[in-house]
Amino acid sequence: MKIMVAIKRVVDYAVKIRVKSDKTGVETQNVKMSMNPFCEIALEEALRIKESGLASEVVAVTMGPAQSVDTLRTGLAMGADRGIHVESTGALYPLSVAKLLKALVEVEKPGLLILGKQVFLNASIREVGFVFLPVKLHCIVAWRLRILCGSVTFCHSRFPVKAIDDDCNQTGQMVAGLLGWPQGTFASKVVLDKENRVATVEREVDGGLETLSLDLPAVITLIESPNTLSNIRCNVQGVYDSYTILILLIFKIGTDKAECTDLRLNHPRYATLPNIMKAKSKVIKKFTPQELNVEIQSDLEVVQVTEPPKRKAGVMVSSVDELIDKLKNEAHII
Amino acid sequence: ASTLVLAEHEAGFIKAASVSAVVAANSVSKDNSISVLLAGSGPSLQEAAAHAASCHPSVSQVLVADSEKFTYPLAEPWAKLVHLVQQRGGYSHIIAPSGSFGKNILPRAAALLGVSPVTDVIEILESNLFIRPIYAGNALCTVRNTGVDPCMMTIRSISFPVPPTSANSKSNVSPISQVDLSTFSEDSVGKSRYVKQTSQNTERPDLGNARVVVTGGRGLKSAENFKMLEKLAEKLGAAVGATRAAVDQGFVPNDLQVGQTGKIVAPELYMAFGVSGAIQHLAGMRDSKVIVAVNKDADAPIFQVADYGLVGDLFEVIPELLEKLPEKK
Repeated sequence: MKIMVAIKRVVDYAVKIRVKSDKTGVETQNVKMSMNPFCEIALEEALRIKESGLASEVVAVTMGPAQSVDTLRTGLAMGADRGIHVESTGALYPLSVAKLLKALVEVEKPGLLILGKQVFLNASIREVGFVFLPVKLHCIVAWRLRILCGSVTFCHSRFPVKAIDDDCNQTGQMVAGLLGWPQGTFASKVVLDKENRVATVEREVDGGLETLSLDLPAVITLIESPNTLSNIRCNVQGVYDSYTILILLIFKIGTDKAECTDLRLNHPRYATLPNIMKAKSKVIKKFTPQELNVEIQSDLEVVQVTEPPKRKAGVMVSSVDELIDKLKNEAHII
Repeated sequence: ASTLVLAEHEAGFIKAASVSAVVAANSVSKDNSISVLLAGSGPSLQEAAAHAASCHPSVSQVLVADSEKFTYPLAEPWAKLVHLVQQRGGYSHIIAPSGSFGKNILPRAAALLGVSPVTDVIEILESNLFIRPIYAGNALCTVRNTGVDPCMMTIRSISFPVPPTSANSKSNVSPISQVDLSTFSEDSVGKSRYVKQTSQNTERPDLGNARVVVTGGRGLKSAENFKMLEKLAEKLGAAVGATRAAVDQGFVPNDLQVGQTGKIVAPELYMAFGVSGAIQHLAGMRDSKVIVAVNKDADAPIFQVADYGLVGDLFEVIPELLEKLPEKK
C-alpha cells in the first residue's frame, strides 16, 4: 500500500498573528514559516505505518508556490520516499484543493491519503472503504486503532468531543460532493461495520446529536476531542493566502512547551543531518494544476484584513449592589 | 439580484437562524428577489412553508420540496436539490445560516455547482463584497467574490438580527410553490440514512438564541458548583454557558461551550463568572451587548472586554446576586 501525505507550509504555530498595517493580510514577511504541526504528525504517522510493514511507500505532497518545496524537503528528510509538488502561485481555495486532491488520488492511487488535518482513505482500499477528512488527530488515532483492532470506535467516554472548526470547514463536504460519496460531518463517534460496508456516525448538530448510517466509502469529518488537548489553548484557523493551502492550523499553546507535546499523539521525528543530505537526492515530481486537469478558480479575492473593532472600555464596580444598580438603571437590561 | 435562502424548519416553523439568512439576503442588494427553499415531508413542512411565507416582508416566494427523501435534512439529497433548484432558477446568491445545517449542506452543494463558498459572513457590504472573521475573530477579512454565479455563503445569524416586528407581519404573505422533483437525480442519494437524534434538555432557552447567558469558567471549580450558576440562570431566564476549561474539567457537557470552538453567542446580557477570558472564549461572546465579568483576579483579560467588572469571589457574589436580583416573571 502506498500512503500519500499532504504537507504544507504555514506560519509557525508559535507566531502571534498580526494584521499588516496596509490591511492586505496578516504578516508573513519575516515570520517563521514551518511545516504545519498537524502535517508533521500526519507524516510521522505515515512513516510509522510504513515501518510497521503495512505500507510500502510514503509520498509527500504539497501545493503552493516554489517555496513550498522547502517543506517537501523537510518531509523527505523526515523519511518520506518521494515528493509531489503541485505548483500554484495563486490562492488555493477549498474547491481547488478538493479537485487537486481528487486528481492526485486518481494519478497515484494511494491506499491512504493523510492530510495534516485530514485523513483520507481512498477508494483503492475498498476493503476498508471509508474516508476520514478534516480531522485532526483523531482520525490518525482511528487509523492506528483500525490497524490494531480492525475497526474504529470513537467513544464519548474516552474521547469526549468538541467541535473545533476551522474557519472554512468546507473541504470534506466538497470532496464528498465531487466524489458523490455520502458525508458525515462533525462526527463525534464512528462505528464501522465492514461486513455490511456501513458506517454509523454520530454527529453534533445544533441542539443535540444526530446519528446517520452511511454506505461506504464515505467522507467522515471528525470533531476534536478536548481531553487529549486538555489545558491546551488550541486555536485552529483556516486562512488561505498564496503561501497556504488547505487549512492553516495555528496553535496557541500557552507558554508551556510540555503542554505542546501532549497535544501531539505522536512525536514527529527530527530530520537528522545524514537524512537531510539523503533527502536532496530524493525525487520531487512537479505537477501543474493543468496537468492534473484542474482549473484553479480564484473566485475569492481578499480585499483587506483589518483588526476587529475594540469594545469601549468598561467600568469596574465595587459591589453586587452597584452591579445590580448599573444593570438596572444604566444598561436597562434587568 | 435573486437570492435563494436554504431554510431549516422544525415543528412547523422555520428556524430563527434561517430568518436571519433572509435578513442577510435583504442586504445583498436593493432590488433583491428572495426565494426561501424548504425541504421535508408531510404536514409540518406545509406549516413551515406558510410560516416562511410570512416570516419576513422581503420574501418573494417560498419553494417547497416535499418528498420522503427530505424527511431529514441529509446533505446528499439537499445538495442535489440545491443544484436542481439553482439550474432552474439561476439565482445570483445562495445563502444559508452557518449552523450545523448550513455548514453541512452548502459546501457540498457548492462543489456540485463548481463555486467557492464564503463561510461565516458577518457583514454584506455589496452584492459580492463580504466581511468574515478569521483567526478566531482576531482579524476581519473583507473578501470579494469574483467568480461565476451563484455566489454562495453561510452567514453568522447573530450578525443579522431579525427585527421583532417582521416575525408577526401577516400583511405580506408570499406565494408558495412546490418544487418539481421529476428530474431529481438519485445519485448518491440513499447512501446515507437518518437513524435518530438525541436532543439536549430544552427547559432553559437555547444557548444560541438566549437573551441572557450566564457562563462559568474554571473558577467554578466543580460540576456541583455549576448548579449555583444554573439557579442564577433560572432566575434571569438565561441560558448557561461554559468555557472550554470548564468543559475540559468535566463540569458540564461540551455543548454548553461558548467560544471559537463552541457556540458563538451575542446575547443582550452576558455574565461571566470565574472566566479568565482566553482569546478563544472572547471570540465566542465579544459581540454581546452588555458583558459582566466577575473574577477574583483583577488582571484577568475578561475585564478588558467587560462593560461591568467586579473583582470578587464568585462563591460570595453569586449567592448575593441570587438574593438581590429582582424576580423574573
